[in-house]
Amino acid sequence: MAAVTRSPGEGIVPIRRRNPNFWRDTARGYLFILPVVLGLLIWTLGPMIASAYYSLTDYKIVNVPTFIGLQNYIELFTEDRRFAGSLSVTLRYAGMFIVIGQTFSLGLAVLLTQNVRGLPIFRTLFYLPIVVPYVASALLWRYLFNKEFGPINAVFDAVGIQGPNWLGSPDWALFSMVIISVWGGAVSTIIYVAGLQNIPEELHEAAKIDGGSALQRFWFVTIPMLTPTIFFNIVTSVIGAFQFFVPAFIMTQGGPARATYFYNLNLYEKAFEWLEMGYASAMAWVMFAIIIVLTLFIFRSSSLWVYYENEAKS
Amino acid sequence: MTSVVTAQPSGLLQDRDDRAGKQRQWTGKIIVYGLLLIGSSVFILPLIVMVSTSFKSFNEINSYPPTFLPTQWLPENYSAAWNYQNTDFPLWTRNTILILVFTLPGVLLTSSLCAYGFARLKFPGRNTWFVAVLASVMLPPQVTLIPLYILFFRLGWLDTFLPLIVPAWFGGGALNIFLIRQFFMQIPRDLDEAAIIDGAGHFTIWLRIYLPISRPVMVTVALLTTLQIWNDFLGPLIYLTSPKNYTLALGLNMFQGLFITRTDYIMAISSLMVIPMIMLFIFAQRYIVQGFVTSGLKG
Repeated sequence: MAAVTRSPGEGIVPIRRRNPNFWRDTARGYLFILPVVLGLLIWTLGPMIASAYYSLTDYKIVNVPTFIGLQNYIELFTEDRRFAGSLSVTLRYAGMFIVIGQTFSLGLAVLLTQNVRGLPIFRTLFYLPIVVPYVASALLWRYLFNKEFGPINAVFDAVGIQGPNWLGSPDWALFSMVIISVWGGAVSTIIYVAGLQNIPEELHEAAKIDGGSALQRFWFVTIPMLTPTIFFNIVTSVIGAFQFFVPAFIMTQGGPARATYFYNLNLYEKAFEWLEMGYASAMAWVMFAIIIVLTLFIFRSSSLWVYYENEAKS
Repeated sequence: MTSVVTAQPSGLLQDRDDRAGKQRQWTGKIIVYGLLLIGSSVFILPLIVMVSTSFKSFNEINSYPPTFLPTQWLPENYSAAWNYQNTDFPLWTRNTILILVFTLPGVLLTSSLCAYGFARLKFPGRNTWFVAVLASVMLPPQVTLIPLYILFFRLGWLDTFLPLIVPAWFGGGALNIFLIRQFFMQIPRDLDEAAIIDGAGHFTIWLRIYLPISRPVMVTVALLTTLQIWNDFLGPLIYLTSPKNYTLALGLNMFQGLFITRTDYIMAISSLMVIPMIMLFIFAQRYIVQGFVTSGLKG
């Protein structure tokens, strides 16, 4: 379609002569992506710059931001006990959720890819909690976990076990949050199921002919082929841990004894209850930095354990 | 997604020791069924408890040990909760639907428009912008939250639906653009080339050819957006302050804060809020799951 213009020094032809429709094509292209270009500038890039500036100021909405340099950051890391506490809660939650949640999701995904009848029904039942609104699931689980009248402890009671004081005990509250997240977190199961289905059947066949048992095939074929998916889900879990908010906000308000005082809850309180906009902005940037560092760390380590099909590995 | 993995043992192996193999296969199947049955019951039980509790009497809920099904079914819990004093669930439902109705067209139109630009048009800077769009997914929303709050405050948009609606008209979310772009890339080019020969412009091609044949992915995006808006809590919590503007999620939270002991009513409203989404999922599971898979596999 475009007129072909050839000249001796091709790489350095003036732009205009390369394609007579250059400006028209460019304008048309940008017209199509205009919404997202404007969106990124107005709702992302602009606010990012503003937020970076606010993080260096003392800003309580009612006053004009006053520049205070790195003081917010210094305060975060040296004086703010709540910040350290919320970071530790969030990281411990992330660790538990990755180990328990991913093991469970992967095991479930293996079950959900077996060749048995009624599979679509089982999938629906396991996936269903995804659509339950956080508010509703928080209220539901607050009732289920209730120490005295809750159904869970009633079941424990019936078999003669003294159930814990789930949300009311500092030792169990965070673990209770992990249970709720695993219940509503079938998205990672869905992704594992898709990953399992993408593993070529020939690999299993070959391993079988070589006499590999089901367990060996799982360990030496399935897991290596699935490592990119595992990698993706772990990164998503880390990001999710820093976004964790609604269950802690509704069920425990961060308690008891700040055992569920998540990073995001801390940030929300600073920004919208104390109106410490500068300080909260600094917290947001620290969160972003931590996510990047953790992601890079997982990414770096991934070369040791993530297997990509197209890479030559003997 | 629809295809189920067929993990049948090869005929070759089966012939060798047919009886032993069959038997082992049967034991395996029984174990798989057992685990699936137990697991799915445990997963679905909380939702059954939610609905069952919503029909119980206040006294029955607060007695020990708890019953599984109500001894006495009280459907009037629903009307009592729905019309409870100092609440306005009909209005809050209307608000939620209003936000949805004004957001959805913005998401569908602008994300597909942008996706077309990224999938089909060639222009300088296209890839850079596409990478920027994808990278924006990694940015925690908290980083932009405070300046946006201040911006909406200055614009006088706080306590209106505008902060929840207007941004959706600017590309409709990076993941949606990505989902639709992936779909557009698979559409054979012959289609647009034929249309170009017929004198159609790209806008016409997008509107008349791409949108109609992309119904599956558009349905996926519409469903994911619906779920997101119906379930959103943090957005309304930050931007909406007066009870007349509450969404269902916010209203339910206020209700539980005021009447924390009325588990019967809380479960009734929760059920009312959950059931439409469950219906949506049961009827359109294929589309929703496909959406999660495509956006998940980009990594």
